[in-house]
Amino acid sequence: MTEALLAALVFLPVLGACLLLLAPASWRAAILLVVTVPLPFCLLPLTVLIADAGLFEMALAGHPAPLGIRWRLDALSLLILWLNVSLMILVGLAASARFAPASVEGLRFWPLWLLLAAGIHALLLSADLFNLYVTLELVTLAGIGLIATGGSGAALRAAMRYLLLALMASLLYLLGVGLVYAEAGTLDLYQLGEALEPGLLSATALVLMLAGLLVKSAVFPLHAWLPAAHGNAPGPVSALLSAIVVKVSIYIIWRLWFWTAGDWQLPAPGLLLGLLGGGAILYGSALALVQKRLKMVVAYSTVAQLGYLMLIFPLSNLLAWQAAGYHLVAHGLAKAALFVAAGNILVSLGSDRLRRLAGLDQRLPMDVFTLALASVSLMGLPPSGGFVGKWLFLQAAYEQGAWGWMALIALGGLLAAAYLFRVLALTCFHPRSHGHSTRLREPPTLASLAGLLLALAAIGLGFASAPILGLLEAAWPGAMAP
Amino acid sequence: MMDQLMFWLPLVTVLVSAVAGIVIFVAGERHQRLRTWLNIAAALLKLLLVGLIGLLVMAGNVPEFRVALLPGLDLVLRADGLSLLFATLSALLWLVTTIYAIAYLEHSPNRARFFGFFSLCVTSTMGIAMAGNLLTFFIFYELLTLTTWPLVVHTGSAAAIASGRTYLRYTLTGSALFLIGLIWLYGLTGGQDFIAGGSLADLDLNQNWSLKIIFWLLVIGMGVKAALVPLHRWLPLAMVAPAPVSALLHAVAVVKAGAFGLVRLIEDVFGPSLVADLGLGLPLAVLASITIVYGSVLALYQDDIKKRLAFSTVSQVSYITLGVAIGGPVATIGGLIHLVHQGLMKITLFFCAGIFANFLGVKKIEQLDGIGRRLPWTSASFTVGALGMIGLPPISGFISKWYLGAGAVAVGQHWVIGVLVASTLLNAAYFLPLLKRIWLQPPPEQWPAEHRISRLESAAMVGSSITTATVAVAVGLLAGFPLSPLSWVTGIVTEYFP
Repeated sequence: MTEALLAALVFLPVLGACLLLLAPASWRAAILLVVTVPLPFCLLPLTVLIADAGLFEMALAGHPAPLGIRWRLDALSLLILWLNVSLMILVGLAASARFAPASVEGLRFWPLWLLLAAGIHALLLSADLFNLYVTLELVTLAGIGLIATGGSGAALRAAMRYLLLALMASLLYLLGVGLVYAEAGTLDLYQLGEALEPGLLSATALVLMLAGLLVKSAVFPLHAWLPAAHGNAPGPVSALLSAIVVKVSIYIIWRLWFWTAGDWQLPAPGLLLGLLGGGAILYGSALALVQKRLKMVVAYSTVAQLGYLMLIFPLSNLLAWQAAGYHLVAHGLAKAALFVAAGNILVSLGSDRLRRLAGLDQRLPMDVFTLALASVSLMGLPPSGGFVGKWLFLQAAYEQGAWGWMALIALGGLLAAAYLFRVLALTCFHPRSHGHSTRLREPPTLASLAGLLLALAAIGLGFASAPILGLLEAAWPGAMAP
Repeated sequence: MMDQLMFWLPLVTVLVSAVAGIVIFVAGERHQRLRTWLNIAAALLKLLLVGLIGLLVMAGNVPEFRVALLPGLDLVLRADGLSLLFATLSALLWLVTTIYAIAYLEHSPNRARFFGFFSLCVTSTMGIAMAGNLLTFFIFYELLTLTTWPLVVHTGSAAAIASGRTYLRYTLTGSALFLIGLIWLYGLTGGQDFIAGGSLADLDLNQNWSLKIIFWLLVIGMGVKAALVPLHRWLPLAMVAPAPVSALLHAVAVVKAGAFGLVRLIEDVFGPSLVADLGLGLPLAVLASITIVYGSVLALYQDDIKKRLAFSTVSQVSYITLGVAIGGPVATIGGLIHLVHQGLMKITLFFCAGIFANFLGVKKIEQLDGIGRRLPWTSASFTVGALGMIGLPPISGFISKWYLGAGAVAVGQHWVIGVLVASTLLNAAYFLPLLKRIWLQPPPEQWPAEHRISRLESAAMVGSSITTATVAVAVGLLAGFPLSPLSWVTGIVTEYFP
């Protein structure tokens, strides 16, 4: 039964993608519903199972681990699965208003969308380094295809650049995987820990894999491809790319670091990764502050916010783990809301240049409200999911007497406030708020509503922390190793 | 049933205006009548609920709402004597200011946004009043920043945007330091509720240096909003906001929230005895004194009425800080009572300044000549407010100064008398010339910009200012009676100094 549910999470979207290509245009909306709606209902029993047992493993095709490929579901995977399914549904609502399933654009868009979902689900379940590579490629290629559906020259250039860098990154990762297999004779993420001795070869392998993954997750200073790609993709696509796609490769880094290399003592590399995160927070925020387009501000904000996810490496305790996990979820929801709202604004005005947004609160109140709510969470102001994340990070840093990290986190929040309030001031209170630009198409209510729901969820996370923190505590690998 | 009521009542009281605000946002610009009635109804309901809580508290109950935000970290809303004092003040002044603001903004654009944030701002103030621990206080304190910023930049002029930016720079930096102090404190002690006499005093931490640094971090966090020198610069700039906003900002919301936070910090977190042991009271009292004198001196140099009032606020709010920083029961009474008195007097002054500007276009001090003959009721209210600020008996300001002075002598801090005298002289120096112009100079032939104001609107605005002026006199005259703010404050302070 459980096996069937896990399989459904991956193969239902794949099946949907195939059917979309084959079926008549008028059926497509129904197909999309049929393959998306069951996903949360698959997750519900799995949540109950994980709450009881903590872990579920299955061998694909019945071959056990060293030879065969395993799937493994634990609390961390489950949490990110929930995030992804929520995003698929809510952002999907916004996207359905833009890419009507029966239209030609719809035919280009939705199969890629479903493949992306399938890839992310498979990645989160996979326990095998090579299988992770395959799923990560699937995610990347589907993402690149989705960026290109934007159709503009800038979107195509950004997609091409992303493609080249992502391929290079994949090669690095694959090289690392090859070295690991030569050394340890297994690729199972959770058995490698024992098979792989710390040494020059395994260190090289780890570095190669990390380097590839850091490029894919656009961690500073390897972020160069991200702003153009996320800033020029269609709104709902940017939402998914920023909210989840870049994070699944960070998820793999976490798995490698805390599970495979869990009992290696790596304080210096950990500090280095943390410093990269710090650089991301400062650099990303500074650049977000000078962007001229709304979506570019939001894209650079992603560069900055990803930095927080790297702080787990130097801080490395349960509180920091919970903080990073909470930040991942809260940022996912808030950033998706921001991109959906920014996408709506762009489509309505035909431009998202900040100077053109003056007086927007009168004309698109719901989207501006979404923008404001999501900003509150991103700045980490209470009450919001972002605040809980920031609070936990600060507490984790305090417990270790890490005053530098505390200052950095506080500064990061201030910088986020600076670039987001700049946007809000320009949209709502600009002196030239009566010089309306001529063109305005009301965005579909459904798209605005989807954005608002995402933003409300990000705020709501500030009140419902206990279950998520419980999941993260159950997932903390430090609890297993003494 | 009773338990349920005790649990939910504080939350409902806080959220009444938030619900009103959200409905106002959703209804949009067009539904003016709905907005007006909703505003007034919510304000009345809130006042009623605060009254109900007051009755319950007097009967010896402690209404408390508690929910866990994070494991071990609770959001607590509780009504004790001090919160009730601040809550009553905000609820009362919100009602008056709402009526005033409806009339004031009758013909201006973006009213839905204005009243929406106005209501949210009151929600935050009420949350600050009812906060039962420092985390809850912080959450509503941040919410207050967020909800007042749109009010400050409401007009959307370049000056408004610039001053809004300054406002955010100060408040958000302050809150970042506040947050670090908060984390540090929670790290040392775990989450402690506010307790009369301080929750830290009994812990015996032996962490004096940490506690000192935490204290100053938190003082900076609160001091930004309370406009302690040198953190006051945003306040005069924020004067670009419409008059009702300035009134609310100065009398109940932002500045008061900072001062109220300092009271909570000293009385209910550290406790007066620990503050004295660590030697934290004196430096804070000196800082407050510098603010009092400096603010008054700068007020002298302003030729814009609202700017002069703003610097006067910088000076007057620090009386509250001074009172609790000196310590001792009498001075603490003086500080706490000024929380009420300054609110009443300052809101009156800002109401009048708004009327002068709105009716006649009078914004500068030299334009005030002879305005007493043109707008006698408003000018009379303004005079009451100004004389009260100077400390003339029987207006309430006198009582604050009396208790502050007596309290300082009681704990042997004689230098405070000098500060009070200097401040009184300076207050007289910057208010009396205004009164002279208003009443004794001949009116000009032409007012700067006369507007046609309907009778209803002018009645609402002038009526609001007369109401608050009357209350300011009444609480001074009737200070000796039970249920007056003074006896209420005395009751609170006896808990701190048993």
